[in-house]
Formats: sequence, C-alpha cells, structure tokens
Amino acid sequence: MFQDSVDAREAFDWKFIFSSDWDPVKEKFGALPFIFGTVVSSLLALLISLPVSIGVAVFLNEIVNKALRTPLSFLIEILAAIPSIIYGFWGIFVLAPFMRNTIQPFLQSTLGFLPFFKGTMYGTGLLTAAIILAIMITPIITAITRDVLKAIPTAQREAAYALGATKWEAIKMALLNARSGILGASVLGLGRAIGETMAVTMVIGNRAEISSSLFEPAYTMASVIANEFAEASGNLHVSALIEVGLILFAVTFVINSFARLLIYSFTRKTEGK
Amino acid sequence: MEETVQQYTSVFAKPKNLRRRKIVNSTMLFLCVVAAIISILPLFYIFFYTTKSGISSLNWDFFTQMPKPVGETGGGMANGIVGTLILVSLGSLIGIPVGVLSGIYVTEYSGGFFSNIIKFVTDVLSGVPSIIIGIFAYGVIVIPMQGFSTLAGGFALGVLMIPTITRITEEMLKLVPQSLREASLALGVSRWKTTLQIVLRTASSGIITGILLAIARAAGETAPLLFTAFGNRFWSTDLNQPIASLPVQIFNYAISPFDDWHKQAWAGALVLISLVFIVNLIVRIVTRDKFENKV
Repeated sequence: MFQDSVDAREAFDWKFIFSSDWDPVKEKFGALPFIFGTVVSSLLALLISLPVSIGVAVFLNEIVNKALRTPLSFLIEILAAIPSIIYGFWGIFVLAPFMRNTIQPFLQSTLGFLPFFKGTMYGTGLLTAAIILAIMITPIITAITRDVLKAIPTAQREAAYALGATKWEAIKMALLNARSGILGASVLGLGRAIGETMAVTMVIGNRAEISSSLFEPAYTMASVIANEFAEASGNLHVSALIEVGLILFAVTFVINSFARLLIYSFTRKTEGK
Repeated sequence: MEETVQQYTSVFAKPKNLRRRKIVNSTMLFLCVVAAIISILPLFYIFFYTTKSGISSLNWDFFTQMPKPVGETGGGMANGIVGTLILVSLGSLIGIPVGVLSGIYVTEYSGGFFSNIIKFVTDVLSGVPSIIIGIFAYGVIVIPMQGFSTLAGGFALGVLMIPTITRITEEMLKLVPQSLREASLALGVSRWKTTLQIVLRTASSGIITGILLAIARAAGETAPLLFTAFGNRFWSTDLNQPIASLPVQIFNYAISPFDDWHKQAWAGALVLISLVFIVNLIVRIVTRDKFENKV
C-alpha cells in the first residue's frame, strides 16, 4: 500500500493531511474532512456507547441470575454478528427518518443555542452515523468489560460488603480497579468504530466538508474509499485513496496495539495477584 | 494491599446518610438494567423490521431468478447467492488451512516469545478494518491481473477469516487436556500424529463451529468486495470475471431510489440475518455442551 500511494505522496506531501480540498475533477486531494469525520463520529459513538456498555456488563455480571444471563449475553453476541450492511440499511430506512422527525427537532429546540445542533435536519449526518456506530461497538466493549470485571477477585467485593458497602458501592470498587482494562476495551471499540465502513457510508451523508453541526453530512476515511475506489479516475485519484487507506490502517493499527497491550497487561497483573 | 485499603477508606471515610446511599444504590442498579434494555432494543427492532419488510419478497423466485431490470416486478438474487457461495468457498480455501495451522502452531509447537507475537498479530489483524483488507487484495491481485475478479474477492475474504479461525483453533486446542497428549506420546506415537489424530480430533467440533462463525461473518462482508469482486448483474462463474455477491447487491439496491429494489434488498438482508442467527445459535449450543462436560 505504501508503494501504491507513491503518486499522491509525492504530489501533496504533508499537505495531504491538512488540506480540506477534495476535488477529483481538478485532481486536488486533501484528506482533512475525512479524518475529521472519522474522528468525530467515532469519538461520539464511544461517548454514547461507553456508559451503556459498562451498564450492560455490570448488569450481566453482577445483577442478573444465570437463567437470564445466558440468553441475554447470546443476544448481545448476535448484535455483534449482524453484518454492517444490514445496520446501514436499517439506518437509512428507520433511524434516519426517526432522527429527522423526532430526535433532531427535539435537540434543536432544547439545545439549539449550541453550534452542534444548528443547521438543516437531513436525518443522515454525523450524529446518525455516531448512533449506528455506538450500537455496533456496544457488544465489543461489553464483552471485554465483562472479562475484565471477572478478573477482579471476588474477595475484594466480599471485603467491601463486609465493610458495610451497598451493592453499588461494591461494584464501583470493582469498576475502579478495572479502569485500565475498561480503558483498553473502549479503545478497542474506538478502533472498530474508526474502521467501520458500510453502515457509516450509508448514513453519514457523504459530503467532504467540515462543519461544526452534528446534523450536517460528513464523510469518513473508510467510506470515501468504499464510494470512490471502484470508479476512481486517473492514477492520482486511486493513489490518493490508497493513501487515505494507509492513514486509516496506521491509525487502527496503533489504536489496536495500544488497546491489546492495555488488556494484556491488565489481565496479567490480576492473574499475578 | 495498602492501596486497596486506601481506596476502601476513600469510599467509606465520609459518613454518609444511609438512606442516601441506598437511593444511590438502587438508582445505579436501575440504570444498569436500563442500559441492558437499551442495548438489546435495536436488535429486536432490526430483526422485526427486516422480517416485516423482507418477508413479502422472500419466495422461491428470490433464490432461483435473476435480477430484473428496473420497473419489472419479481426477479431474485440467484446470481448474488451463487456468487456469495463461490466467494466464501474460495475464502475458506485460503482462510481455513492457514487459520487452523497457525492455531495449531501457536498452541502445540511453539512456546514463549514467538507464539506471543503471533497471538498479538492475529489480535491486531482482527481489528484491521475490512476495507483495508480490500485495498490489500486490490494491490495484490486486482492490479497485477488488471481487472476486478472473483479470485480477488475470495482472497480478501480468506484474509479476513484467518484471525477468527486462528483464535478459535487456539482456544479449542487449549481445552484438550494435557494428559491426553502425554498418553499418546507415551505410547510411542509421533508428535505430528498425536497432534493430527488425537488433539485435533478431540477439538474438532469446536474448531468446526469456529469455522462456521468465520464463514457467516465473511458471507456478510461488503466493504472488501466493493473493489475486488465488484459485483455483476449477470450470471458468472468465471474466476477471472467480476462476480455478484449478496451483500454488495443489497448495498446497491439499498442506495437506489426504486421501491422494488428496496424490497429485494430487505429479502436479502433477511437471508443474511437468518444465516448469522442460525450459525450463532449452533455455536452457542455446541460450545455450551463443551463447557458443561468440562465442569
């Protein structure tokens, strides 16, 4: 890939990352809007997904009894296994109209003074993409958080109970001790969100612009590749797209390695205890 | 230990009203229940909606007919279904041997540093976006062959399957008791025969379910096929030609403005979702038996 993107790298140098022009017709390529779209949609997704995932993990591990735990965790696993194309399809036909008609007008009327919630309500856009992503990464974060919570020795919780803690206080204890593992889980979820292609492509609106409003259409690195690669005209265009892919690969590689190392070191630490 | 004590005291040091603590307790536990419900809700919604919209177009024609031009009702996705079958078979041809063998290598033949590296690499590889794998296949196969092809699509799916299969093989082989290996070796059976005929056979049901899981996932992949297998509106079984596949066809139909096509796409989505659901159910049942036997 490094080899295939040589044209674009020679033509644009570092400006590639910082320029926000993307015009295949004039052969001008800058990846900034895609990087922006990717980062914002993924972080937003993580923000939505993290509290929910931790809640689910706690619910499954600490609260519910075994009879209910098995089917519930099965359902959450299924959520991870649904092909992303189906999420995207569902996003277009169910979530986007719902956002346009219900959620976005509500946000605009209550929080409309913030720049994030201004602008036209298309239904598709950054926020919708973030919600779809949040649904998709929740099972991943939940699964790892559960593993991490399991690694916390029961004795600690018993000690907390013995000191007169309520159930939630004991759980809070465990969560505090598990924080580095949970951080690893969320970074892993972030990596997944950054690389997610199809579902995002279908709901984010695909417009290479940077805007402060979460309602506006945007574009991500993965979806520009998906949309333009097969019909890219000219070597420079293809090579620019490959360079976008290269950036994406580098980012996900770093993020994933970081997350794995965090999780490894966490489980090793608790096993050693 | 000291650290732990400090943490405990930090929580309980301030004398708090017991009633308030109890209220906080039940609120937070309640929020956890709410979180669980929120996370399950989309699943049911997606299932329900897909079934509702797809069931009307899901008939015999869907599986046997070719796509019809816009405006004509009826038709099916026979070429997409066959295309997916061919692509997934090709992918399996690459993914299964490589995945299973590297899983065997990691657990049976290598200890320490090198196997840790392989483990780390498979973990990281499984997090690489599938579209990147598509670009990789594009660079390796499409450019040298000068055209989109079934082969390239199969290759991309194969690469995608490797980490999943490696991981599951590894897990399943670890479940085989060490004493079994020792017994076989003590009887004078050679190392490779022990691995192949004793260890692998014992773990086979688990590995097969893992492979099923990887296949189901590969069957639903769209992104890496967009510019490798590309898609084709006609019947094709030529490995050097672009080929249709179910997910890509769903994608193309879904973003089209035609109602007929949307219906077809929903039917396709229903087929994919059912496939995923059934495979996961099988995996769940098989692995559950395994764990119960062990405990």
